[in-house]
Amino acid sequence: MRIIVFSIILHWLIVLGCSPLFVGIINRVKAVISGRRGPSIFQPYFDLFRLMQKQQIYSRTTTWVFRATPAIVLASMLCVALIVPFGKIAAPIRFSGDIILVAYILALARFFMIISALDTGYSMEGMGASREAFFSCLAELVLFMNFITLAILVKKVSLSQMIGSDVPLLWSTVGAVLIMVVVSFFVVLLTENCRIPIDDPETHLELTMIHEVMILDNSGVDLAYILYASAIKLFIFAAILVPIIIPFKTGILWSDMCVFFAGMTGLALLIGLVESGMARLKLNRVRNFLLIAFALAFFGFIVTLWRI
Amino acid sequence: MFNGASIELKDVPILQKSDFRVRVIGACNEEGARLANFFGTEQDDKSVRLFALLAFDEESSLEMISTIINREDFSFDSLTNELLQAHYFEREIAEQFSLDIKNHPWLKPLRSHTKGTYSFYHIDGEDVHEVGVGPVHAGIIEPGHFRFICHGEEILHLEIRLGYQHRGIEPMMTGLDLHRNVLLSESIAGDTSIGHSLAFCEVCEALSGSVIPSRAQAIRAIALELERLSNHVGDLGALSMDAGFLPVSAYCGRMRGDYLNLLLALTGNRFGKGLCRPGGVLFDIDAEMAEDFYRKLKKYKKDFENVSDLLFTKPSVLARFEGIGVISSDQAKKMGLVGPVGRASQIERDVRIDFASGMWQFNHVPISLGATGDVFARAWVRKQEAMRSLEFLLKILPCLPKGEIFIKPGPMKSGQLAISMVEGWRGEIIHVGITDDHGGFKRYKIKDPSFNNWFGLAQAMRNQEISDFPLCNKSFNLSYAGHDL
Repeated sequence: MRIIVFSIILHWLIVLGCSPLFVGIINRVKAVISGRRGPSIFQPYFDLFRLMQKQQIYSRTTTWVFRATPAIVLASMLCVALIVPFGKIAAPIRFSGDIILVAYILALARFFMIISALDTGYSMEGMGASREAFFSCLAELVLFMNFITLAILVKKVSLSQMIGSDVPLLWSTVGAVLIMVVVSFFVVLLTENCRIPIDDPETHLELTMIHEVMILDNSGVDLAYILYASAIKLFIFAAILVPIIIPFKTGILWSDMCVFFAGMTGLALLIGLVESGMARLKLNRVRNFLLIAFALAFFGFIVTLWRI
Repeated sequence: MFNGASIELKDVPILQKSDFRVRVIGACNEEGARLANFFGTEQDDKSVRLFALLAFDEESSLEMISTIINREDFSFDSLTNELLQAHYFEREIAEQFSLDIKNHPWLKPLRSHTKGTYSFYHIDGEDVHEVGVGPVHAGIIEPGHFRFICHGEEILHLEIRLGYQHRGIEPMMTGLDLHRNVLLSESIAGDTSIGHSLAFCEVCEALSGSVIPSRAQAIRAIALELERLSNHVGDLGALSMDAGFLPVSAYCGRMRGDYLNLLLALTGNRFGKGLCRPGGVLFDIDAEMAEDFYRKLKKYKKDFENVSDLLFTKPSVLARFEGIGVISSDQAKKMGLVGPVGRASQIERDVRIDFASGMWQFNHVPISLGATGDVFARAWVRKQEAMRSLEFLLKILPCLPKGEIFIKPGPMKSGQLAISMVEGWRGEIIHVGITDDHGGFKRYKIKDPSFNNWFGLAQAMRNQEISDFPLCNKSFNLSYAGHDL
């Protein structure tokens, strides 16, 4: 019992401690490529700290849904974090079929984000909500396709095992499938975390936003919760992707942890590069982009069935 | 008449109301003219005299005609149904003089915000929803209200409501002395201070009959082109920012600063305030500065070539720019669009060529045309114009005319009407000044290019995706203050 409590706390410390840094690295990469010095990589921590000290303002049209959402979203992300292993640090909660729980806790958070946006009664938040619902529907298809492929490959339905120690062996046998999984999962990562080319986290234009427009009415601690939750979500997705990409394990705890965090940093750099290297997609092309990712994931699935 | 001309007010032909109408519509629809300006002025007997400035771009000639609307029959048959260009002008006249414009299809207040006078267009239906944006916007832009009627993500109709920045500049211009007028003209639109102050100075010089030294004209041209460069480069950066392409937006932001710093070195103000005064300019470019500018501009040109290549060769950027907010050449002609926006729709219209004055009489800048009328064409025209401005500057900087930079203008003649046109970076700026019996302004009419182009933006957005609006809006980049006056 004590071990579980300890491991839960360790997990939370890692995810709460590192996730803003991940965002900070991405922002710094983007700044450097644009020829700017850019903010410190610790800026997201200062932002969160500043927001935590601010007062919330609620519009008169909102109800308890709007007030409860930030806490629900943050709590959901903390729950999901417990199911995801961080490199050599095993997930505190793992059981057969836990990927379904991961997918639906994420969906729960999204559901509350969407109804909280609708709760404000602002037409643009409604538009953002409808875009979010539509695109995450498509992204979920890809996500599940990838999970199914991985589950068939390792013959387990627990996230800890699907991205666990068996994966390195797979690169030598079904590397092609894993490449498809990695690419399509990377697209899901970009979509779910509203990065360029799907969404632009830095735009100030309400009409083009997807995720950002839904939190326009949130302020103070509420906003800090939501931003923190977004950072954690990005961190979790990266933590799922990195063990698949890195095809070797040393077996020693500390060196494996170093490899994991180096991989995470590398992924943050990659996201920063992708964001600097291309413009946003036109909104009605996003679905094509996601369908291409789905096609890849589906193809990977077919190849897996055929190989096995 | 020509650009920078001054004529006796009584020499402007006065036509019967019906003849006036026939002449304006005939000239525009058949003889290839356009309605460059259309405004009224109240006379001593409370009647209103309407002036129409017809511009024949191909022949480089201007024609001014007028008609008188008596108080007994205080109405005017709208031109808009036959001549769409008159749309905004007639709304302005109706608002300024409470003149009854008959059969105007869209007679709504233009700037006034009196309660209960404005009703937005409305579409019924369950699937249709309205989105209102502004007047307070995110970011640092001016106030304006945009009402979208959408079906899902598609815009069916956009209505733009302005007037939040109305300061009453036109009436203010009549009560002041020249020293304060010129300061006012610099503040008509903050990003076009040189364009507007230049137009004002040319009106004053035409009215006082003074010819300014050619060195002053050259310095004015340099300042105007620097203003154009800084804004066009800034616009390209803003466009790539809205497309989500960050590197170019950061580079362009820096390059815009380079040009503003040149203006700072020349005038002591980043936006060139305090340079143009009736009679010349207040700051000279000495040999050392000319050489410094030349060297810097050479370098900036290389920078700009690299950055614009990066922008215009990126497939993901082009995918955002192409086919968005298309205005056909025919539509643009009907609405009378001016400036880069018009040229992007193949409207060959540039005051620097058509009605060249000052330095442009001797140095021709080629017209930059776009082919497709979409966001891409508007961005491309800006890029071309920036390149040509750079070439122009590099051409005239080493051989600036010698001589004075300022001569004291004489007093303005009484009972005159003077016109000046300037191709500001947004397009054609027209100032018309009418003097009273003592040589002061009786009426001062300002037309910013935004006044022509705002309606074009509303039309360009039809059947587009609402998420493309910010990009399309940036590609027009119109002035709110210039429209609201």
